[in-house]
Amino acid sequence: MRLETRTRVPLALAIAAPAGAVVLALLLAAIPLLWAEVSVVDAYVLIFKGALGSRLAITETLSRATPLIFTGLAAAVAFRAKLWNIGGEGQLYIGALTAAAVGTGAIALPSAVMIPMVLVLGALAGALLMLVPTLLKLRLGVDEVVTTLLLNFVVLLFVSMMIEGPMKDPMGMGWPQSAPIVDEATLPKLIARTRVHVGLILAILAGIAVWVMTQRTIWGFEARAVGASSAAARFAGMPVPRVMLRVGLISGALAGLAGVGEVAGLKGYLTLDLSPGFGYSGIVVAMLAQLNALPVIVAALFVAVVFVGADFMSRAIGVSNYLANLVVATSLLTMLLASLATRYRLRLR
Amino acid sequence: MTATEARAPEDIVLRLRGITKRFGALVANNAIDLELRRGAILALLGENGAGKTTLMNILFGHYLADEGEVLVADPGGALTPLRGGSPSAALAAGIGMVHQHFTLADNLTAFDNIILGTQSLFRPWADRRSARRKLDELMDGSGLRVDLDAAIGVLSVGERQRVEILKALYRGARILILDEPTAVLTPQETDRLFETLHHLVAQGLSIVFISHKLAEVMSVSQRVVVLRAGAVVADLITDETDAAHLAETMVGRAIPQTVRPEMAPGEAILVLDKVCVPGAHGRPALSDASLTLRQHEILGIAGVSGNGQVALSNLICGLQTPESGTVTLHEQAVALGSPAGMVAAGIGRIPEDRLHDGVVGDMAVWENLALEDYRSPAFCQAGFIRGGAARAHARRAIEGFDVRCPGPEAATRLLSGGNVQKLILARVLTRDPNVILANQPSRGLDIGAVTEVHRRLLEARGRGAGIILISEDLDELLTLSDRIAVLHRGHLSQAMPTESVTIRQLGLMMAGHDTETAAHDAA
Amino acid sequence: MDVIEILLTVSFWAAATRIATPLIFGTLGELICERAGVLNLGIEGIMTAGAMAGWMAVYQGADLWSGVLFAAAVGMIFGLIHGIFTVPLGLSQHVTGLGLTLLATSLAYFTYRMILPDVPSPPRIEPFQPFAIPLLSEIPFIGPALFKQTALTYLAFVSVVVVSLVLYKTPLGLALRAVGENPAAAEAQGIDVYVMRIGAVMVGSGFMAIGGAFLTMSAFNAFFFEMIAGRGWICIALVVFASWRPGKALLGAVLFGAFDAFQVRLQQALGGDVPYQIFLMLPYVFSILALIVMSRRAAYPKALMVPYRKGER
Repeated sequence: MRLETRTRVPLALAIAAPAGAVVLALLLAAIPLLWAEVSVVDAYVLIFKGALGSRLAITETLSRATPLIFTGLAAAVAFRAKLWNIGGEGQLYIGALTAAAVGTGAIALPSAVMIPMVLVLGALAGALLMLVPTLLKLRLGVDEVVTTLLLNFVVLLFVSMMIEGPMKDPMGMGWPQSAPIVDEATLPKLIARTRVHVGLILAILAGIAVWVMTQRTIWGFEARAVGASSAAARFAGMPVPRVMLRVGLISGALAGLAGVGEVAGLKGYLTLDLSPGFGYSGIVVAMLAQLNALPVIVAALFVAVVFVGADFMSRAIGVSNYLANLVVATSLLTMLLASLATRYRLRLR
Repeated sequence: MTATEARAPEDIVLRLRGITKRFGALVANNAIDLELRRGAILALLGENGAGKTTLMNILFGHYLADEGEVLVADPGGALTPLRGGSPSAALAAGIGMVHQHFTLADNLTAFDNIILGTQSLFRPWADRRSARRKLDELMDGSGLRVDLDAAIGVLSVGERQRVEILKALYRGARILILDEPTAVLTPQETDRLFETLHHLVAQGLSIVFISHKLAEVMSVSQRVVVLRAGAVVADLITDETDAAHLAETMVGRAIPQTVRPEMAPGEAILVLDKVCVPGAHGRPALSDASLTLRQHEILGIAGVSGNGQVALSNLICGLQTPESGTVTLHEQAVALGSPAGMVAAGIGRIPEDRLHDGVVGDMAVWENLALEDYRSPAFCQAGFIRGGAARAHARRAIEGFDVRCPGPEAATRLLSGGNVQKLILARVLTRDPNVILANQPSRGLDIGAVTEVHRRLLEARGRGAGIILISEDLDELLTLSDRIAVLHRGHLSQAMPTESVTIRQLGLMMAGHDTETAAHDAA
Repeated sequence: MDVIEILLTVSFWAAATRIATPLIFGTLGELICERAGVLNLGIEGIMTAGAMAGWMAVYQGADLWSGVLFAAAVGMIFGLIHGIFTVPLGLSQHVTGLGLTLLATSLAYFTYRMILPDVPSPPRIEPFQPFAIPLLSEIPFIGPALFKQTALTYLAFVSVVVVSLVLYKTPLGLALRAVGENPAAAEAQGIDVYVMRIGAVMVGSGFMAIGGAFLTMSAFNAFFFEMIAGRGWICIALVVFASWRPGKALLGAVLFGAFDAFQVRLQQALGGDVPYQIFLMLPYVFSILALIVMSRRAAYPKALMVPYRKGER
């Protein structure tokens, strides 16, 4: 029995690998369910029903998937160029903070101007935040993993400072939250009386744009080459630092948009519990999609199903909804194992 | 098969029987039999890709053979089967190996590298004193001297090789395997190595000497086993054969002789004037290097690796900027330090480490063929890659340069070394460069591919290109170069017409003698 | 209060040492992994799991030292997972580590909720008590600052010495250093690279878990969600700061502890005028700055993050 490098990956396998990983993760999640002494089948049925069982459930899942598509794309774009941006969470919050700052009526403009402005400025804020670790990496050789991770904490404290200080909602009855977004800056609902907003369309468009960029453009060509071998890319004459910088900015902007969507599309104001770790879950989404842009959309939907469904299941039978995090984390690890199957072939002799 | 064979006749210390190893469809070793006698030097001759290294990796336990067995004499002389797939079993059986690429940890001293793994990992304290005593005795006995307390990083290549041999001897190796040991040595260092080896076999050591260099095999060994395409094709007494016969056996056909046609050099294209490049530890990597490269000319750069070749190559590839000095191309100053700038200036670059710098393994063949050109209008429009045009170009290049691959979409990492080199040649030469830098262009290639590389370079020379050829292979340099210069510790000698230099003279210059002394001493 | 005055109080340095303790364990643990050539980004999660496991064991009736051992064992199991994924399978150390952090964290939270479904406030345990070491604690100033601590702090000090000795004086340490620099060299000398690396990751992860356990069993005596708060990431920065040397790791951790303790006192002194979040940011910013200063001359173990496949060079 031995491993051989595959010469090509059949399409069926490229689909089967992540699917197998997800199935394996769900099977492993049966262990804690058995521990909780609940019926595994019931639990999964409840998760499924909670996420997809009704019109409301589906819209809830779609709205949860929206930020995950953005953060998943942010991670996918960066990781493909071997830029380890683990700062999606911080970039999301800085985007959200910007949206809250601009969108709470500081300036009164019609929504045709306000909405694009909120989006652009939020993306810009995320990009600028990612600029710092990227430049530190390129100029001084500082490992971006640690800097992006630590900046997440800094940003969260900064957001906390702002919404307890200058941006605190005077009508908020003392709660640490920003003033609500004005109507002109609010992203329209996609389906009335649900939580699905235009952000979902924007996220899907972003996915398509990233896909086109990666596969068809010079920027994507450069990013892929730099990620696969920065030495060969440099030797061939590619401007490696500029490529990295561009990738960092795009990645940060995408994560920033996730924050804008949550504030301007979903919640309407900024709090410290805006994101239950969307930045980190985005990494799982990206890996499940094997860093490909279009599959990110599907992977984000899967992760959203798990989260929304687990919440429902948790309320129904009392198993902690941390089960969702457990499933998502496990599926990242099982996906890594599955990636071996796409790279190697097990040959029995 | 009984565990312990009857006492072997004629003092055989190592016997391979029917060793077969397959990698997928490729049979790297096919039913190989081999015997080594005590106190003998056996040469294992074969061109790159013939299966020599695979065989030795099986012997040393890095790979597990699919079939066959390895028998090693124990100290009593009885042949015992060797457990496969375990370097420690090989070490315990008295097999020592000196790899072509040294296996030394740079952060440790020579001493620590030698005692690494020789004491139980669960000992509370390393016993350094007795180890030291034993090593001192060994160095006295074998004549291999090194500064044991020096960090590996500061030792020369020759010194590192001595550390490697000491490592094996310290472990009580009775069989020493040397994989291409002379590839990185000057001719004089090679002579010194051979003296040491003869000294060691006189003391009872048995040696397998792996090489593809005929002259060395002829001079050092008593027996030669020739491998071709994974199988033993000849097992000869060295004195009863000659280099020409060995060459033919090794290749399996008459070797095409590469002939460099006479050609009058044209005008100067590339001129380096007193170029200094800073290096590590405050020592200059290149100091006051000057050279003039003309059209229709191949300028060979000889030297032991680590003497400034990297700096010279990086300079011309645009990866490094000089501290002082000028580089002019067609009498105009070149903007240095930008690979893209060098490509645009018409310089073709063939990197030393083709898999690391030359190609992006995970990208398709067509993408690698466009790697230097993707921004040119031919392959790009309004920021989008013209995939069709790039693929069409790739198909032409694959055919024109005989790159063996499933097609333009194939992942480049799956190509063999020779085909990767052909891909790089295709990328470089289809641009009709007027200056070519070829750094170790034939290293690790089989003879067919080497001939092809040489033919392409000579063809480019014929078209009017000037070529700087950096190589550790003196035969290659003497065959291809119109003039040869020697690099030693960052100093580049005057380029001498190839007809006027001898191997011996080059060797002395590679060891640091200046041109006149070397010429005098060599005479 | 004057800055100098703060720096000269015994209680300040005692606090600094206390804050430094989990970082010493975490940094040592990460250092062992990285010396073997494996980056372990699972540290944040392993510290969380260690904090939960040690505390939970004691809460369920185990004695304190059994709790510490249990935490270490849990850490080593996570280390084993990381080792198997990254060493023989050669998967991305970055992604595996992050995945492990997510897994260990959510497993710790899930377990906590499973065992204690509805407690209004985190239950407390009887933690390690500080005790003075005879003689040493009588050294003026240094004594009461360093040697009136809990047993785990002393264990941290001892660990630094032990790891240092093992690394530089024993055949095992020599093998470890070789494996992280040039695994082929180690293998050529008969050392099993996979075993060494997996072993190092397991031991290192054990240390990380004890670092987490210190928080629940010595510092806070209860388990809170998100209590590790980036300490694991700070440890990774400290390893770079320490140039992969245990002695310097101790120094870095104590310096960081002093900075953190100083920040708290500054916050009390300036109270109200400056938002408290600014002070809380300082340790993270300080870590980034330390990383920037040290990265220039960082001499990484050469094989760090490079998977090794047998027989390939």
